[in-house]
Amino acid sequence: MNKVLLIIQREYLTRVRKKSFIIMIFVVPLLILVMGGAIAMIAKNSDQLTNLQVVNVVDNTGTFAKKLHDVPNIKFTITHHDINEAKALSKKDENISTLYIPEGYPQKGNIQIFAKKKSPIQLTDEIQKQLNDIDFNNRMIQHHIDTAAIHSIKKSDIAVNAVEITDKGDKDANVGANIAVSVACAILIYLSLFIYGGQVMRGVIEEKTSRIIEVVISSVKPFQLMLGKIIGVGLVGLTQFGAWIILSIISSKIAGHAFNSPQSPMTGALAALQNIQFGYILGCFLFYFLTGYLLYSALFAAVGSAVDSETETQQFMFPITMPLLFTYILSVSVLFRAPDSALAVWLSIIPFTAPVAMMVRLPFDPPGWQLAISMSLMVIGFLFTTYVAARIYRVGILMYGKKVSFKELGKWFFYKE
Amino acid sequence: MLSIRNIVKQYAGHRALDDVSLEVESGQIFGLLGPNGAGKTSLIRIVNQITAPDSGEVWFNGQKLNPSHIERIGYLPEERGLYKKMEIGEQMIYLARLKGLSRDEANKRLKAWFKKLDMESWWKKKIEELSKGMQQKAQFVATVLHEPDLIILDEPFSGFDPVNAEVIKDEILELNKKGATILFSTHRMESVEELCDSIALIHKSHKILDGKVKHIRNSYRNDVYLVEYSGQLLTFENGQPFDQIGETISDDDRHTIRIKLQDGRSSNDVLQYLIPQTRVTMLQEVIPSMNDIFIEKVNLMS
Repeated sequence: MNKVLLIIQREYLTRVRKKSFIIMIFVVPLLILVMGGAIAMIAKNSDQLTNLQVVNVVDNTGTFAKKLHDVPNIKFTITHHDINEAKALSKKDENISTLYIPEGYPQKGNIQIFAKKKSPIQLTDEIQKQLNDIDFNNRMIQHHIDTAAIHSIKKSDIAVNAVEITDKGDKDANVGANIAVSVACAILIYLSLFIYGGQVMRGVIEEKTSRIIEVVISSVKPFQLMLGKIIGVGLVGLTQFGAWIILSIISSKIAGHAFNSPQSPMTGALAALQNIQFGYILGCFLFYFLTGYLLYSALFAAVGSAVDSETETQQFMFPITMPLLFTYILSVSVLFRAPDSALAVWLSIIPFTAPVAMMVRLPFDPPGWQLAISMSLMVIGFLFTTYVAARIYRVGILMYGKKVSFKELGKWFFYKE
Repeated sequence: MLSIRNIVKQYAGHRALDDVSLEVESGQIFGLLGPNGAGKTSLIRIVNQITAPDSGEVWFNGQKLNPSHIERIGYLPEERGLYKKMEIGEQMIYLARLKGLSRDEANKRLKAWFKKLDMESWWKKKIEELSKGMQQKAQFVATVLHEPDLIILDEPFSGFDPVNAEVIKDEILELNKKGATILFSTHRMESVEELCDSIALIHKSHKILDGKVKHIRNSYRNDVYLVEYSGQLLTFENGQPFDQIGETISDDDRHTIRIKLQDGRSSNDVLQYLIPQTRVTMLQEVIPSMNDIFIEKVNLMS
């Protein structure tokens, strides 16, 4: 056991000391900070125009121009130039646009706005809204409907608030935030299984090609070496996540202060995120990362032991990673829309697909018994793959120059010591 | 010290070792000989507990081989290598600790070895920065750092330049003098006669010969002598107590012949026959070299 600790120590330290590891620790939270900043900036600026836009209105119908009213940063002026002169004016100054309403009843597409640059969406939205209101009013008047009465009725503002009934009482259910979290978790767990599983595989190949393997296994059992490597790399993964979580919390706090913006759609979504039980999801994430990692990295180690170089891994990697890839694609496309469907339930229970599928379902509160089955099967699953992998590994690491097939791996499994 | 009893090892398709038994005595330098693919490495891996035999037993110092013996064996595999990206000092301490040494002890011994073999400046270097010969030297130190009772070397001299091979050979002899038993495999026969007390010859998964080098060579004596005389070139037709093998090699008036005694005759009979006819300058028995025995045995088998 002491020797496994030594191996874990070596695997861990050689990776953690690498420059690339240290850089990654800081780069990822920095990216989050930058992205957060960018989102906050956009959110802050998206609602209003930043500078005054003057709109020269060329109204050939005469019904709209007078009824347009100014809003902050948009000023309407009625011009008596004809359209070409007005356009020439707009061409000179990018803050002057020309709204052109041709004669006849307005139809879709025949009202145009000319500007030197592409008109911002806030401007066109505002104009569109006002024109529709004016048209609506005009037609009510044409049909002798009391507009005052209509306006008083029209003042209503209803929003539907999604509430979930749970044992602990009702709670707000923000579906959008749930989807964001579940998809993010699926991506994160998928990527990390590949990254750290791949590291185990490359480590095994390195030991094999550098031929140190025989020196080491004359001191320890192949299983101890494999286990030490898997645990060592796993701890590297946990260290990385730990550092990211801490740094991300710090950087998001900083970001929150620096870009403290007034109410906007983005801050609404951020507020909804707070309703999600992060501790619970984080706990499950770590569990599924660890068990999923143990399950897959054992297989990756077996693949590494069977080949002489990384290029030969392809034929084995594809079948092994198929279930994961399949679940991942389903997860980011359909599973989050139907988190309680039969497909989602089954995928979240089968150990090979569960780490991704269950993380997708988690924000939607899957039944406790399903979570329990899924978790116990994960443990059984990784014990099983480790057993199978160890039997292939012990033979594979001493085999050189052999083109190996799945049939060959099967034979190795049944070899005696 | 090491007793290998009736080992059988079967791989898919072929039998690597078939009922092989060996005795290695304590303090010996034991050579495991055989052509490539004979089963030497399979046997060595079994002694190192890397693989297990299908049947048969290995005994180490009177105990059945078990994992506690790992720390008392040092192994230098034929295909050797180290972690390329790891610093050499740290790496060798790691390997020694895997063999059960404490960090401090490993550090102390390693410093002494580095000093002895002029490797002190390498400590912080990565393996990939060292030449192949330097790597081999480092690997040898890693093999013996934990002061094993039994040192197993698989083709120890392959990859060394003549100077370093000599250094390593001296180190092997010194370790042997200090009490270590040495088992090494090779197909280079000249090193066998120089180093080994005993050998075993393995061919096509069978042991076909073993014993003390001296005994083996003596048992392969075949009454062949080398005779050198000076004067007139002699021709032998009949009446002489020997048969000439091959041509006479002449250098001015010196002539060398290879002869084989006839049944029941001795070297004295040869001298008695020759002395009246010429001046004998040399008579020497030709004891077959291990190389000759090796080739003869292997050819006999196939």
